[in-house]
Amino acid sequence: MSKPRVGITTLICLIASFSAFADMGIDERINLATKPFADAVAGAVFSSFAVAGVQIPFVLVWLIAAAIIFTFYFKFINLRAFKHGFELVRGDYYDPESAGEVTHFQALATALSGTVGLGNIAGVAVAVSLGGPGATFWMILAGFLGMSSKFTECTLGVKYRDELPDGTVSGGPMYYLTKGLAEKGAGFAKLGKLLAVMFAIFCVGGSFGGGNMFQANQSFAQVVNVTGGDTGWLADKGWLFGLIVATLVGLVIMGGIKGIARVTSKIVPFMAVTYVTAGLAIIFMNYSMIPEAIGAIIDGAFTAEGISGGVIGVLFQGFKRAAFSNEAGIGSAAIAHSAVQTNRPVTEGFVALYEPFVDTIVVCTITALVIIITGTWDPSIDPGAGVQLTSTAFESAFSWFPWVLTVAVVLFAFSTMISWSYYGLKAWTFLFGENRFTDITYKLLFLFFVVVGSSMQLGSVIDFSDAMIFAMAFPNLLGCYFLLPVVKKELDEYWADYKSGKLVKTRVS
Amino acid sequence: MSSALMVGIDCSECSDRAIEYAKEQAKISNAKLFVAHVIEWSPFTFSTVQENSERHKRREEELERAHSKIIGPVVDRLKAEGIDVEGLVRHGHVADTLHRLAMENGVTNIILGRQGTSKLKSHVFGSVGSHLVQASECPVTVVP
Repeated sequence: MSKPRVGITTLICLIASFSAFADMGIDERINLATKPFADAVAGAVFSSFAVAGVQIPFVLVWLIAAAIIFTFYFKFINLRAFKHGFELVRGDYYDPESAGEVTHFQALATALSGTVGLGNIAGVAVAVSLGGPGATFWMILAGFLGMSSKFTECTLGVKYRDELPDGTVSGGPMYYLTKGLAEKGAGFAKLGKLLAVMFAIFCVGGSFGGGNMFQANQSFAQVVNVTGGDTGWLADKGWLFGLIVATLVGLVIMGGIKGIARVTSKIVPFMAVTYVTAGLAIIFMNYSMIPEAIGAIIDGAFTAEGISGGVIGVLFQGFKRAAFSNEAGIGSAAIAHSAVQTNRPVTEGFVALYEPFVDTIVVCTITALVIIITGTWDPSIDPGAGVQLTSTAFESAFSWFPWVLTVAVVLFAFSTMISWSYYGLKAWTFLFGENRFTDITYKLLFLFFVVVGSSMQLGSVIDFSDAMIFAMAFPNLLGCYFLLPVVKKELDEYWADYKSGKLVKTRVS
Repeated sequence: MSSALMVGIDCSECSDRAIEYAKEQAKISNAKLFVAHVIEWSPFTFSTVQENSERHKRREEELERAHSKIIGPVVDRLKAEGIDVEGLVRHGHVADTLHRLAMENGVTNIILGRQGTSKLKSHVFGSVGSHLVQASECPVTVVP
């Protein structure tokens, strides 16, 4: 049987077996079955300590501390290399002989389509509703600091990538944790291997959680929202939505039908621009409220009136959503950026600075400002949760926007799922070997979780999703800490070349 | 006088006529003839992570295929007729790349077929020929 035939047959079997359960309450059943496990995992990862009455998870401190330390260690590379990163993306240093290979722009665009997802739309809504407007300030700060983490991991991702004899490229934390640490000695080599395995396990979990279930769940929520809400026909048919999406995703990842992915990768940037434009339109239509909104943000960030947990609680919400949205320090971006064509790994690090910038400092902030300016974050008016809240916020200015948002949300979710299915597959085959069987097993599991995610309640989905994604940061950043001198060497050498004018600028701006 | 000519080809019939014309011109002026094929590609496209990881492999395959299926037969045929010929394959924006190759190799005349492989596209976006005619720094001959 040819590959697409295997895929389609398996899909049909999957669908047939599910339709055997097609009766009322399937969503409820799935939710009840998975909730205890999801809660247990989330509890473990987010084990926390109390500060001023708020439970702070260790893992969040871990992420932010790394971002701060990296920022200082590389002397604010997020500011210093900002301009040069832009030049690289624009193609100023493009070598015509490398035409046809992956460019910096393409690597960044691909990585962005994976990270810009429901986190920017639904996650921000969660942050602002739980932490108030002040969460926005901490979110922006986290985004700014996270640029340094992305810089580090993406430089390492390119430096230690595997170039297979057939020409394919594989890179990411699993590779730099094994190869990079092995360079430091035998003891480190063992640690590297262990960390790589840990990372792979969490990455598989993350690919089922935040990269899959959360996306399915929230895109379904938005579709329900515009088709009649809780009383609509679709309200309890999450499993059906899940099946449809699983089929489409399955056609891409199993059927090898690249056409769908190609179409979405053309539409996603267009939708992103539409979303950002609409957001900016709302913000500028209410330009008189901008100072007030900014005031509310600054105020909320430092005084946190009425928010449980006070300032720490607000900070926590802001940091948490930023980390989940831009994935800085998680390591997934290193996989996406590793295929770029370059022989100076640090150049991709500079380009990667733009990911948290665009994702968090631009897109998330726009979402937050729209929510604040339209006043929909106020819980007393019951605007809904997650993506519903964002939809309500945009709807108050453009009554037709929820439909546009639905299309955008489904497309963002789809492209994020495609990206994460790749990350998870790489992690899975790293653990279990690369062959047809492991390949198909992972992909079927992935599709299964699409259906599960569409059926669960937001609360449990978000906790599990967060947990798995954040867990990846532990082995990833630990490895990054050890490899900081390696990155520093690459950076110093390149920066010296750049400053001395040795690098050839092929395009005059 | 040693000069060089370049004929830009794709797979269409127009290319055959352009090649014939270029061949005659090369014979007349005893010039070296470059036969160039550009694989349409842009640095600013959007793709999936999987596509990026396989891009290098695909690029090699595309270059190899272009050499063996498109450029190769033409170069062999022309060599058999005694022309000093060299085949070139590159990725990129077709008009820009042809122009760059021409400049790099001291080409004094770029020869093209009038219509590429997509009639509708050339009506909407302009054909390679029309782009080159506007922007080239050396003479361009469009063969109908």
